[in-house]
Amino acid sequence: MIEGDASPLSLLTLLALLGALAYAAAAGSAVLHARAVGTAPVAAVSAPARESARLLVQRRRTVPGADALLWRLGGALLPVAAALAALVVPLGSTAVSDLSVGVVWFNAMEVLAWCAVWLLGWGANSVWGLVGGYRFLIQGLSYELPHMFALITAALGAGSLRVGDIVAAQEDVWFAVLMPAAFAVYLVSALAMAFWGPFDAPVGRDAAGGAAAEPSGADRLVLLAGRYMLLAVVAAMAVPLFLGGGAGPLLPGWAWSLVKTLAVLGALVWTGHRVPTVRMDRFTEVGWMVLLPLSLLQALVVSVLVLVR
Amino acid sequence: MAETVVFAVCAVGAVASGAAVFVVDSMARATFALLASFLFAAVPLLLLELSYLGVLVILMMVMEMMVMVVFMIMYMMNPAGLMPMSMVHNKAGSLAVAAVTFAVLAAGVFLVPWPAREGSPPADPTRQLAEAIMGPHMLVMMLVGMVLFATMVASVVLSTPRGRYDRYGDDLKRTRPDDPIGGGLGR
Repeated sequence: MIEGDASPLSLLTLLALLGALAYAAAAGSAVLHARAVGTAPVAAVSAPARESARLLVQRRRTVPGADALLWRLGGALLPVAAALAALVVPLGSTAVSDLSVGVVWFNAMEVLAWCAVWLLGWGANSVWGLVGGYRFLIQGLSYELPHMFALITAALGAGSLRVGDIVAAQEDVWFAVLMPAAFAVYLVSALAMAFWGPFDAPVGRDAAGGAAAEPSGADRLVLLAGRYMLLAVVAAMAVPLFLGGGAGPLLPGWAWSLVKTLAVLGALVWTGHRVPTVRMDRFTEVGWMVLLPLSLLQALVVSVLVLVR
Repeated sequence: MAETVVFAVCAVGAVASGAAVFVVDSMARATFALLASFLFAAVPLLLLELSYLGVLVILMMVMEMMVMVVFMIMYMMNPAGLMPMSMVHNKAGSLAVAAVTFAVLAAGVFLVPWPAREGSPPADPTRQLAEAIMGPHMLVMMLVGMVLFATMVASVVLSTPRGRYDRYGDDLKRTRPDDPIGGGLGR
């Protein structure tokens, strides 16, 4: 259901929604953690708020020889990248800006996260941070091509890079059904993009927190918030790309968009808690030998389908 | 008016961050100053309504500079590039080249008789640009692309110290390749 002349989504609404989704992801993660360790899951719902308050009053730790400019830039870039990527994600039939090249814009903005995490790791002048930053880049090189092909396959199916057109093309059948491999590759790379488990090696415990080892106080709050915002925005983008956007019975389009986004986000958060961390030297080969050919084959199948249709 | 302001900000920003590449004393700062310069150069493409090209430049430059930062810092004289180092080589020569180039280009802006616009911009400038560049040369471009790709594969094959005989044994009968680094596919 695509209404023709819906007024564009306001930027403030989008940011509020993104913040709410990020909080939901953090709270969901805290609940899963509480269940795993046997503490009260209900109390965990407010855990992100309590943790934020703690971080806000925590004194900033300083590191000798840190490149403060790049370090702060890295932390601040993460939520900014997530918010910029969210500009093209439609809520029902309205987005802040339905760019003619929305898919490319989304990809360009999420790649800013590479800079953010690397800067965070490098700027801290800490060996663990550096290890984490480099791990994120290696991870990026392993998933980015399959990720791009998954995005392109959805655009190919609709014959347009505009997110609104991709939603409209799924009126008969969702792209998740038409191109399941692309959808799966997208979900895997979405986890990796937000360095969420099993792709949390860049901030892994084996590296004392990796890129997140040194930031403390407000810096750490911005970093964690940015990470959950990134997770929320990649989950939200799965809906217009593969799950028919705001299409659905009874409820209005924006409500369906939110329901589907929450479902994808819940699945991503749950996966992160269920699957153990993947080592990057192992995942690199999987990315290049399995995911890349798979996404290329999927693109081939979809292009043939588009041609014969 | 707004366009002029954005263009002016980007032009000054691009030159300033480009100059910053040679002023800062750290490999990482130089890399990101260069990236900022490229991004400032990408925005005027968006102003020309070449949105695909503009966004693509942003995407490619960010990824490219992140790959570059890995190699630049990895191969620098000091480990991880954490020590301050000068970004300038052949100071006098490069300054002269840069000044002359800038003077020639700036003079060109005022001396070249620029043509006035005829007609109106096309509906899809990116497609028009692509056809203008690639139209009659598509076959050549495809052939060149294949040759480039073959060159890359061949150079990797020739330069790798370990071939299939090292991995699968002299009779190529080993079922699992013998690699120094374990992979992710059951090895």
